[in-house]
Amino acid sequence: MAAGVATWLPFARAAAVGWLPLAKKTMPKPPVDKKSRNDEILFVNVSGLRFQTWKNTLDRYPDTLLGSSEKEFFFNEDTQEYFFDRDPEMFRHILNFYRTGKLHYPRQECIQAFDEELAFYGIVPDIIGDCCMEEYRDRKKENQERLAEDTEAEMATDTPLPPHSTSRERLWRAFENPHTSTMALVFYYVTGFFIAVSVIANVVETVPCRPLKGSKKDLPCGEKYSLAFFCMDTACVLIFTFEYLMRLFAAPSRCKFMRSVMSVIDVVAIMPYYIGLVMPENEDVSGAFVTLRVFRVFRIFKFSRHSQGLRILGYTLKSCASELGFLLFSLTMAIIIFATVMFYAEKGTKGTNFTSIPASFWYTIVTMTTLGYGDMVPNTIAGKIFGSICSLSGVLVIALPVPVIVSNFSRIYHQNQRADKMRAQQKVRLARIRLAKKGTTNAFLQYKEEGGFQFRESDSALCLKNRSSFEHQHHHLLHCLEKTTNHEFTDELTFSEMCMTESVGYRTSRSTSISSQQGVTTSCCPRRAKRRAIRLANSTVSVSRGSVQELDTLQVHKTSAGPQSRSSLNARTEDLKLNCEDRDFTAAIISIPTPPANTPDESLPPSPAIPGILRNSRSSFTHETVKISSL
Amino acid sequence: MSSCRKRCKREILKFAQYLFRLITGTLNADSVEDELELSAVRHRPEALELLEAQTRFSRKELQILYRGFKNECPSGVVNEDTFKEIYAQFFPQGDASTYAHFLFNAFDTDHNGSVSFEDFVMGLSILLRGTVQEKLNWAFNLYDINKDGYITKEEMLDIIKSIYDMMGKCTYPTLKEETPRQHVEIFFQKMDKNRDGVVTIDEFIDCCQNDENIMRSMQLFENVI
Repeated sequence: MAAGVATWLPFARAAAVGWLPLAKKTMPKPPVDKKSRNDEILFVNVSGLRFQTWKNTLDRYPDTLLGSSEKEFFFNEDTQEYFFDRDPEMFRHILNFYRTGKLHYPRQECIQAFDEELAFYGIVPDIIGDCCMEEYRDRKKENQERLAEDTEAEMATDTPLPPHSTSRERLWRAFENPHTSTMALVFYYVTGFFIAVSVIANVVETVPCRPLKGSKKDLPCGEKYSLAFFCMDTACVLIFTFEYLMRLFAAPSRCKFMRSVMSVIDVVAIMPYYIGLVMPENEDVSGAFVTLRVFRVFRIFKFSRHSQGLRILGYTLKSCASELGFLLFSLTMAIIIFATVMFYAEKGTKGTNFTSIPASFWYTIVTMTTLGYGDMVPNTIAGKIFGSICSLSGVLVIALPVPVIVSNFSRIYHQNQRADKMRAQQKVRLARIRLAKKGTTNAFLQYKEEGGFQFRESDSALCLKNRSSFEHQHHHLLHCLEKTTNHEFTDELTFSEMCMTESVGYRTSRSTSISSQQGVTTSCCPRRAKRRAIRLANSTVSVSRGSVQELDTLQVHKTSAGPQSRSSLNARTEDLKLNCEDRDFTAAIISIPTPPANTPDESLPPSPAIPGILRNSRSSFTHETVKISSL
Repeated sequence: MSSCRKRCKREILKFAQYLFRLITGTLNADSVEDELELSAVRHRPEALELLEAQTRFSRKELQILYRGFKNECPSGVVNEDTFKEIYAQFFPQGDASTYAHFLFNAFDTDHNGSVSFEDFVMGLSILLRGTVQEKLNWAFNLYDINKDGYITKEEMLDIIKSIYDMMGKCTYPTLKEETPRQHVEIFFQKMDKNRDGVVTIDEFIDCCQNDENIMRSMQLFENVI
């Protein structure tokens, strides 16, 4: 029931007194109203803007946030008001909904922001009043279309190939996106060139050349240089056939490919040649064959792979199909009407051109499209009158659907431009995301090397400079993960350098590009870990590693700042065990598994001798225990 | 056979309609149905008092939790994709989606595909304010992917692999193929007392309670809120 009706309920109930004298049975007991009837004013503070309303107003819609007990979650005891950290401008509309029962859509707001607010307050968009519903729907549809485009652009084929793609997938990619590889680009231009050559050859073939010696008649060039043209045609067709077969091979779904428009055009473009080869030099059959050659002109449509404008045009025509259909239909109607009229008007004239109604069709079409060849002209007065009406109406009928088609074209064209812009921005966006990720990692590594986990009384001020508690906690979480897996985070630079020096040092011929990480597992680091382990076994007290040979490029100075300094901070004793058996194995979230110091304990004090550039690329080694400060 | 014929008829009818519309030029009617599908789920949590009674959080804490929750998920429930997205933001280097999937299943106690605020808060209550027994129980539940009461080696391998996935590839030392498997072996060596190839809840709890490190680290996240 609508909200406002509730206020009339007491009236309806009071009016029930009128039934009492007529009632056959006794009336039932009324429901006991436990709730107090007092109405109170609620204070709602939305980002500083204070709203006040009756409690009853909000209770009208009990399945929204403000009408249910859900708002208690937002109640602020100190100020005795409900505080929402949301947009105060939008809240005005929300509150109006409670007051009037109709939700209005503010036109200047972003549709998505509005939707989010509605979702937050638990209001279903269906309740938008009629006055604003259409606008809301339109904006929403437009937004959805745009989002769909965006997701399509994201999944665009500009994304790098997955590493394990077969040659077939790569071939298909090269065909669809020629600018991904040089070979593909070359092939793309070559096919374009040959399409042009083939079309020009078709055209030039029919131009009359100078006749052969001793003959008067002008010959079309095609027959004069028939061998040359035949060779050119063969070459073009060979290339087209090759391209088509390659595409067919590489297509992920061959059935779908064969049904696509472009493939049909390809087939139609090369079929006449093959049919011509097969067909014998028969006089009557070759007549039909000559007409087949007209299909060679379809090769020009192959250009649509190369030209986006052509594709847009084709797509426009497809999407305006209904408008075009209407145009055709109305024209046909008009043609039939006028042709009939003209025929009967001109019937009496001697030697008239209007021999039949179909014959008048030609006149009607020529007149309606304002061509006016003048090969058929009415002679009678009636004919002339109807002829003029015909030409006037022709202008009108044709002018009507054209703007619709034009606006469609414009919309699709802009859409395409926007897709191109999106693709360009994608690269920037991806780069930014990658940078952000690296930033987080670097922050974490820096945090670790500054020994942020150690609760050093004296240095606490220094260490915790400019870091929010969120960052601390996040770093703690990452550190927990490291402890769980007993591996550490490094950044890409260090990692690639590490693996490069490893493989160089041990003369493995494996390529060390980052893309082939999967291969570089076994030989890369286990040997080094063993070496370090062995080295540590021989050194108990702090050994300053001046120059670690493998890490020359990194110029890392490692001192194992002894466990002594840390032992005071946590009760566990650390024995430098080198076997990696006793690892952690408990719930990853809850507990920090602390391996009993099996990994070598080295800290990296910020040594000034190291060139500043490579500081961050240092790989920090595991701290063996973690003291948890109260984070 | 009749269904085939019915389908054929429907297709023909649709085609005839399309042709008719094309010829007479009626413009496309706006497809009204799909537009305003009510964003399906709108969940309202239990009353504050009830939640206060059911969990070990104070009123203020519940309020803070709810505000954060509602901000991320205005509809009141988290579905798996949103959950994965949120979780992945904390581990930028690796791929957190598999582990987030397991985590989601652990939080979604009634297995309806979405985590409501109640599920969320119940889970947190156990993890942050529960007894050691409850926490271990929860961890066991997380590892037991098919919830049959036993952790098999395959389940453990899946879990451990997903944890290693979160590290990403730039780690020191480099992640080897057999590292997760080794980790599983160590785990089973420690936990599987009767060597029957599976770890039951009792073995798990017993073992963890006897392990000092684990017990101590259980206290770590008490004051997360």
